[in-house]
Parts: sequence; structure tokens; C-alpha cells
Amino acid sequence: MTQALPAAPQPPPRRQVLVGTALGCAAGTMLVGGMLAVWILMRERVVATGEPWVPEDASIPEVPSNIMFISFFALLLFAQWAVHAMKRRQRVNTGLALGTTAVVAIAIINAQGYVYSQMELPLAGSGYGPMFYSITGVFLVLMVIGLGYTGVTAFRVLGGREDDELVISHALYWYFVAAAFAAIWLFVYVTK
Amino acid sequence: MTTIDTRATSATTDGPATAGTTGVARLDTVAAWLTSTDHKRIGRLFIGSSLAAMLAATATGIVLGIERTYADREVFDTAAMPQLFAGFRVGLVFGVGIPLLVGLTVAIVPLQLGSRSLAFPRVAQTGFWAWAIGLVLVVVALANNGGPGGGNADMVDLFLAAHGLLVVGLTMATATVAATVLTSRAPGMTMRRLPVFSWSALVASIMLVLSLPVLLGVLIYLFVDHRNDRVAFGGHTGIGPWTAFAITQPATYLMAIPALGLAAELIAVTFRRRLAVRGVLFIGLGLVGVAGLAAVTQQQLFLVRWRGSGLSLDEFGSTFKDLVPWALFLGLPLLGALVVLATGAFTAKGARPRLVGPFLFAFLGVGMILTGMVGALAYPISDLGLVGTVFEEGSFIYVVYGSVLAGLGGVAYWAPKWWGRTLPNKPLLGLAGLGFIATVLASLPYYVAGFADQPAGAVDFDYSGPVKLWNVAVLAGHTLMFVTVAAFAGLAVKTFTGDGESSVDDPWEAHTLEWATSSPAPVQNFADVHTVASPEPLLDLHAGPGDPETEHRP
Repeated sequence: MTQALPAAPQPPPRRQVLVGTALGCAAGTMLVGGMLAVWILMRERVVATGEPWVPEDASIPEVPSNIMFISFFALLLFAQWAVHAMKRRQRVNTGLALGTTAVVAIAIINAQGYVYSQMELPLAGSGYGPMFYSITGVFLVLMVIGLGYTGVTAFRVLGGREDDELVISHALYWYFVAAAFAAIWLFVYVTK
Repeated sequence: MTTIDTRATSATTDGPATAGTTGVARLDTVAAWLTSTDHKRIGRLFIGSSLAAMLAATATGIVLGIERTYADREVFDTAAMPQLFAGFRVGLVFGVGIPLLVGLTVAIVPLQLGSRSLAFPRVAQTGFWAWAIGLVLVVVALANNGGPGGGNADMVDLFLAAHGLLVVGLTMATATVAATVLTSRAPGMTMRRLPVFSWSALVASIMLVLSLPVLLGVLIYLFVDHRNDRVAFGGHTGIGPWTAFAITQPATYLMAIPALGLAAELIAVTFRRRLAVRGVLFIGLGLVGVAGLAAVTQQQLFLVRWRGSGLSLDEFGSTFKDLVPWALFLGLPLLGALVVLATGAFTAKGARPRLVGPFLFAFLGVGMILTGMVGALAYPISDLGLVGTVFEEGSFIYVVYGSVLAGLGGVAYWAPKWWGRTLPNKPLLGLAGLGFIATVLASLPYYVAGFADQPAGAVDFDYSGPVKLWNVAVLAGHTLMFVTVAAFAGLAVKTFTGDGESSVDDPWEAHTLEWATSSPAPVQNFADVHTVASPEPLLDLHAGPGDPETEHRP
């Protein structure tokens, strides 16, 4: 059977990567938000019993966690620089911006490792340990995904693709991770 | 206007003609299926696997039914009952209900949108495999004394990890559906012109993308805690309470949203009418999506006090606090479903329907979903005394089996686009009736037994009333549902492997774009991209202006 409908040219892509990234960020926001909600609930329950929430022999190093927080400003600046450069078709600058974004991301991952080594918090022995490693572990996974995203974006840009949308989506992802870490920093490292 | 001949060549279709006869060709076919990025194949993999899981879940229901029928003695090993209860619930929600409807949306939505492919098809394919592997590992863990209340610590860990993998897979697949609707519509197809099923797919996908990660976060906590100290979440006994929100009402309504969308679309096709007040219909489907917010509450019920003589002002504050979430999470979705039904009735008013199998499946399925929603609304009202009884299980089965019935209707409706053949109508009508009886039998007795205080999640109980009658009826219901699904699958296989009637491109005189391409649809869906000027582009072709069918033109 043959159907007659007016034919049209192939529609231009409608920001598929950006929408996909936004959906991923929304899912990630619910993941981190849900975990923080459970964290706050458990903390309230433990505190209500008069027990300490953070084990007494554990100390949370605040300096590296604050540095991680501040580093996100630099990371976002570099990710946005990549967008700015890409819009002007400055491929070298875009590559440089993406490279520095990756370096800062690696530095943040390194700082998280340093926090672990300084805390020497055992996984077993308290309810706090598993929860701390769970939520910071999820943050590390988000960082590693972001690093992979930066790598793919850099390869594509340096390979000659003039893809504004990809670089914008990449920046959007880092904005999401920065917001997620800001919440983790506030509830896990500052108010504890 | 151009004339588009979209009939696919045999080399580009998924039809029976492509099946190779040699071993190597068969291997190629299997490999092509397993690695395909064609959304129709990915969707069918979801659908086929979820129907197989449905057989396993109903078999579990049969075992539980036998054990509860003989509550005074032990038929099976009662130590395995926690695993069976968990397997039944988790299997029906994450192994059957959600993946069946996700499979339908993955397979159909791009066709409805006039798109040549799904957005991020490799993500959807990876999502399928993550879900499938996770589901198998969940079954392995439960079979080896894992899961909620399980005695084998390693298997409990495996259950949690596999459940997480399954959730990640479903989230990935649903995200691709949402991205497709938002980015890959045909020229002229505004959001207001979306087919109703695609709109329902968008609502369900977004709500699943927002709610499933909350469950994933809880599973991560539970896994790490159980693997190490088992202090914070209560070890294996904490798994049930912490994850129950995802396998009870109203979270289960999310799988019902595409079922409602399908029913609305089939009303228009069956009654040969344009859908009336589409905007209101869209709002109704969106209201059902509010159920997704249940994920953020992390709790199973609200204690709603209900006093016929009025509320005491002294306790008004606490009652109000209970009433708001009750009305928001359980009342609004029901209101949305009623709105969908009302707009369907308005569309159908005065028209004569064609009695076709897919419509009957969807119509009866939606009726079951609505009955389950009403039950879920009544369940938390404290004066009814239903909390902790099997009443909730009755509501759960109504919603899930209703969604499955509607899903089967969807498979029957869109079968021509996948296999190029139409399922015979008479057996379909019979199966729809059988599925309806099965659902009522599997759930309604638990509504009654709930009022008689039969406890939930227990196989050892005694209460006044015909205990055996209710539980035998439920057992018969699960058995009939097993027969319905097996017979449907058998009918489908028989039809698609050669005995079936070859389908024309548009056997239903339908309204939406998927029927503008050949049956079965080619890999790229459409030879040309269509321009859409109304919500029912094909109806514009079938019925001219002035035709009575167009009286509800928006």
C-alpha cells in the first residue's frame, strides 16, 4: 500500500546530545539528592539517640574538601572557556580549555583520594563509614564519567568537528557535577 | 504532495523471509539481533524477555497461592517464602511491567514521531543488556537464598548489585525514549501534535528517569552497608523496607501511564474519531505522572484518619499533614486516569466501535488499573483497618496485571509493523476476556480478604471467613494469567512464523505516522521524512474535511 503525505527535507538535529546530557544530569541530580536525603535522615536518627554521627576516632579533613570545592570554580571556568572558544571556531583554544578542564578534574579526583587517606575511616565499625564511602564513591564515579566526556569531546574537537552542541553539553555536565559536589560538600564535609 | 512508496525490500526487513536456513545464517541472525541498534529489535527484545519473565512471575504467584491456600500446613519450604514474595514483587515490577512498557515505547515511539531512529540507540541496547543480565542475576540470587531477608550473605550482596544493574539498564532505555520525543519529531510535529501514546511515553520516561536513580542510591547504600557492617540499614532485613517504595503503589502507576496512553489512542482508532480535548487528555496523563514523586518520599503509606462525623480541630494539623501526601500521591494519579477515561468517553460518544482484540485488551487493562488505583487510595485510610493486610497486594496485582493486559494489546496492535502480520482477532478477543477474568480472580479476593484481616506477606494465618475460597480464587487467577500470557505468546509465534495473515500497511485505518510506512517497517522506518500538519496525519488522508469523523478536530 502506498501512502501520500507531503515529503520534507531531513530535519536538522535538535540538540540531541544536549537533551541527552540534560536527562543524564537530571537522573544524576536525583541520585545524589536521594542519597543526601537518606544521609540527612540517618544522621538525624543517630543524633536523636545521643550517639555521635561521625565516629570519634575519625576526623574529616576540611582543607582538601574546601580546595575541591574551590577547584570546581576553575573547572567550570575552563569548561566555559571551551564553549567560548568553540563558538569562535578557535580549535586550539578549545583543545587547551578542554585539556585544562581534564587536569583540574584529575586534581579533584586526587584530592578525594587524599581525603580518604587522611581520614583512615574503616568501612566497617560504624553506620557512618559505609554511607560516607557510598556517597563520595558515587561522586568519584561522576568525576570519572566527566573525565571520559572531556576526553571524547577533546578528541572530536581536535579531530576537526566543529560541534558547538557537544562542547556546550560537556560544560552542562560539569555544571551538574559542580552542583552535586556543592551539596555533598555542604552536608558531608561542612555540616557533617 | 509526493507519493511515497515505503514498502521495504525483504533484505531490509525483520520479517520471516530474512531467516537463514543454514547454521551460519542462523548464527548471523542471532548476532544481528543481539547487537542491533534498530529500535524495533531492541524494543522487541525487551517485550519478549518481559513476557518470559511474566511467565516466571505468575508461576511464583501460583506457588505462593498454593502455600496460602493450605495455610494450616507447609506445602513448600516456608523458609523460601521471603525470596518468593520478593521475587514475585520485584519480578512483576522490574522484570515485567516496566520493561514491557519500555519495550513498547522503544519499538514504537520513533515510528510514531516520523523519526528514522531512536536517539542514542546504543545506549538503549546497552540498557537492555544491563537490564537482562541484572534480571538473571536477581533470579540467581533469590534462588540461592539471597534477596530481602535472605540467609546467604553473598547472595544478598549479589541481589543488591544485580538490582542496581537492572535499574541502571531501565533508566538508560527510558532516557533514550524521552530524548527521542524531545529531539526527533517529524517536521510540523509540535508537542501539541504528539500522538497520545508518545506523550504518555514521554511522561513515563521522564518520571522513571527521575525516580529510578533514587532507588539506585538506596541500593548503593544497602550494598555497601550489607557488604561491610550491616549497622546503618539493618542488614538483609532492611532491604525490604528501604526498597519497598519502588514496588508498591503509587510508584507502580508509572508503568500504567503508557497503558493509559495506548488506550486513549485505541479509542480514537476503534471509534474512528479524532481525540477530543487533547490538551485535557495530555494534562490527565501528566497527573498520573505525579506518582513518580512517590520515589522521593521513601515511604510506603500515609496514615490518613477518616472520620465520618468530621475532623477534630485539635488534630486538624496532623490530619492535614497526612491528607496532603495522600491526596497528592494517590489521589492526583487517580484523577488523571479518570480524566483520560472521560476524554475517551467524550471522543467515543455516539460512535460505533469496531470490536478488535487490541482495543479490548487495552480497555480491560485500563479498567483493572483504575480498580487498583481506587484500592490504593482506600488502603491507607486508618479507619478501614486495611494496613498490613493483603488488600495492598490486591491493588498491586490490579495495577500490574492491568498494565500487562494493556501491553499485550499494544503488542497485538503494532505487530504488523514488526512482523508484517496481523494477529487473528477472534483468539485475541478470547484471550483479552481470559486475561480480564484472571486479573479479577488474582486480585479481587484479596480486597475482600483484606477486610477480613488476612496478613500481607504471610503464608501462615487464620481468620474468620472462607479463607480457602479467597486464596483458591487468587491461585486460579494467577494460573489463568499464566495461561493467558503463554497462549498469547504461542499465538504470536504461530502467526509470525508463517501461518498468519499478511498485513497491509495500515490494517486499522489508524491516525498516526507509524502506519504510513510499510508493514513490517524497514530498518530506517521511512523512505522520506513526512511533514505533519495535524495530530492525526493519516486520518487527514482517510477522511476529508466535512466527514463526520472530523467533528472533534481540535
